Amino acid sequence: MSTEVTDYRSVEERVDVSQRVQTLPAPAPDQELLTLNMGPHHPATHGVLRLLVTLEAEVVRDLKPIIGYVHTGIEKTAEDKSYWKAIPVMERMDYLAYYFNAYAFCGATETLLDVEVPKRAQYLRVIHMELNRIMSHLVWLGTSMLDLGAVTVWWYCFRERETILDLFEYSSGQRMHTRYFQVGGVIEDIPVGWAEKCRQFVKDMPSKIDQYLDLLNRNEIALRRLRGTCPLDEQTLLDLGVTGPLLRAAGNPWDLRKAMPYCSYEDFEFKIPVGQRGDNFDRYAVRMQEMKESVKIIEQALDGLPEGPYITDDRKVALPPRHELATSMEALIHHFKLVTEGFRVPPGEVYFPIEGPRGEYGVFIRSDGSSKPARVHMRDPSFVNLQATLPMVKDAYIADLIATLAMMDPVLGGVDR
Amino acid sequence: MPDAPGTELLAQDLREALSPETVVGTEFFRDKGAIHVVPTAIGEVLEALRARGFKHLMSVHGVDYYPEEPRLGVQYELLDREALDRLTVKLRVPLDAPTVPSVTAKWPTADFQEREVHDMFGVVFEGHPDLRRILMPEDYEGFPQRRDFPIGGEPVLFTAAETAGRDYTMGSDGVA
Repeated sequence: MSTEVTDYRSVEERVDVSQRVQTLPAPAPDQELLTLNMGPHHPATHGVLRLLVTLEAEVVRDLKPIIGYVHTGIEKTAEDKSYWKAIPVMERMDYLAYYFNAYAFCGATETLLDVEVPKRAQYLRVIHMELNRIMSHLVWLGTSMLDLGAVTVWWYCFRERETILDLFEYSSGQRMHTRYFQVGGVIEDIPVGWAEKCRQFVKDMPSKIDQYLDLLNRNEIALRRLRGTCPLDEQTLLDLGVTGPLLRAAGNPWDLRKAMPYCSYEDFEFKIPVGQRGDNFDRYAVRMQEMKESVKIIEQALDGLPEGPYITDDRKVALPPRHELATSMEALIHHFKLVTEGFRVPPGEVYFPIEGPRGEYGVFIRSDGSSKPARVHMRDPSFVNLQATLPMVKDAYIADLIATLAMMDPVLGGVDR
Repeated sequence: MPDAPGTELLAQDLREALSPETVVGTEFFRDKGAIHVVPTAIGEVLEALRARGFKHLMSVHGVDYYPEEPRLGVQYELLDREALDRLTVKLRVPLDAPTVPSVTAKWPTADFQEREVHDMFGVVFEGHPDLRRILMPEDYEGFPQRRDFPIGGEPVLFTAAETAGRDYTMGSDGVA
């Protein structure tokens, strides 16, 4: 921030809004509390989230999240499909983190099968997941700034998001819900020219992030809405099971990619951005820096992308290459078995957690030895993080509730599943 | 304790600290330990494990083991952020008495998650402050994640058919 402030700004700086909220007198018996219904179809609730808010004047005294409006029984549906056919439905849970959903499911299945994933497939997965993380953060940034009244940044965010979706389309044929990850690897190697396009994106992206920061970091309105509003301390967040950028904003550097590395994340150098005060501004700032770190990971993964197979050569799990079908009876049988029944998975129960854009995505699978999972459960970070809404916004203004909801970044597809 | 003897030692430790019948058994599968406990002791077991470093409850899963008995299961995923270790605590309850003491008071994160298990499997968490359905509508009957709940068992209600006075489970020709 510049040290020169105008008179107007210095007067504004001295106004301590938090004190005003604190010193409100206790509600007199005759003073009415207003119960206000927000949502489920409210543009600022980021999906179909319904909040029952109890207000005293403009101050939030109580809040009840009501969810389930987009519950589509994805976990139940997955139990009726063979493992490889369940991947597309899993991807549709948190619709901004489809690579993460797919990876958590494939990872859990691979753990049950005890299948080795080739190094090249792991790197390709990392590249796509980090692109997905940037994409998810871009949607968060655009929509949440829209909530705060900033329209411009939304256009810029979606411009870069398009570039990422083009990359997804280039590698898999789909912009969203790509089904690129398979049990044992990825469905296809990246096409010719993809790496160059991705490198171009990696080269451009840091300056684009700086553009967003320039737009917002000295923006009077954004700062007033974010700085110092609705902080929550680290211990409360830990007790509530909150993970991801929300926890890191409060100063706890917990990141599964670093703490308990999976999918070759130990090969890459990156930092974990943390905040200090745990307020809305820190939540915003942490995600902005995370995008820069993701860019670094993608760059390293592209540089170090090993040669070799992109999917396991275990014919009991992965489809045989197309050209073998014409010449090998064995391959034809494997292909037929995999496509009709699917592969059988040894009985057991696993929980496979990964670090998604919103926190810990964990998939629990119970296998009974057949080719369909007996139970699939997604520990979705949005669902667990939603419990922190009330502690965050209690005794804050209703306007800050909107800003906090934006900074929490819940995706209701993941909450309701 | 990332090995099988470590999990067994931890179980032994719990048996001595609490009571011998608390821990029913242990399991070590794919580099991760699990402890099976009796449902009534879940609160004490989780507290004892908290004292042994597993300070974070990351997830609560409901499972239906149909056709095995006892049918319903609840699993608690614990995390030790210092030793970087995970542990599952598993318990089983029968269908006719599906009560498990709630751990919400000590582990606030379990609030929504216990409600979800209640909603989907009909497990009753005793002592939960607000045990209502969370994902399904409040007037919903049945527990959809149970294994004997059929997929497609839910008739789809179309308002057009309803206003026309037709039974919504019927086809357009009036035949089911």
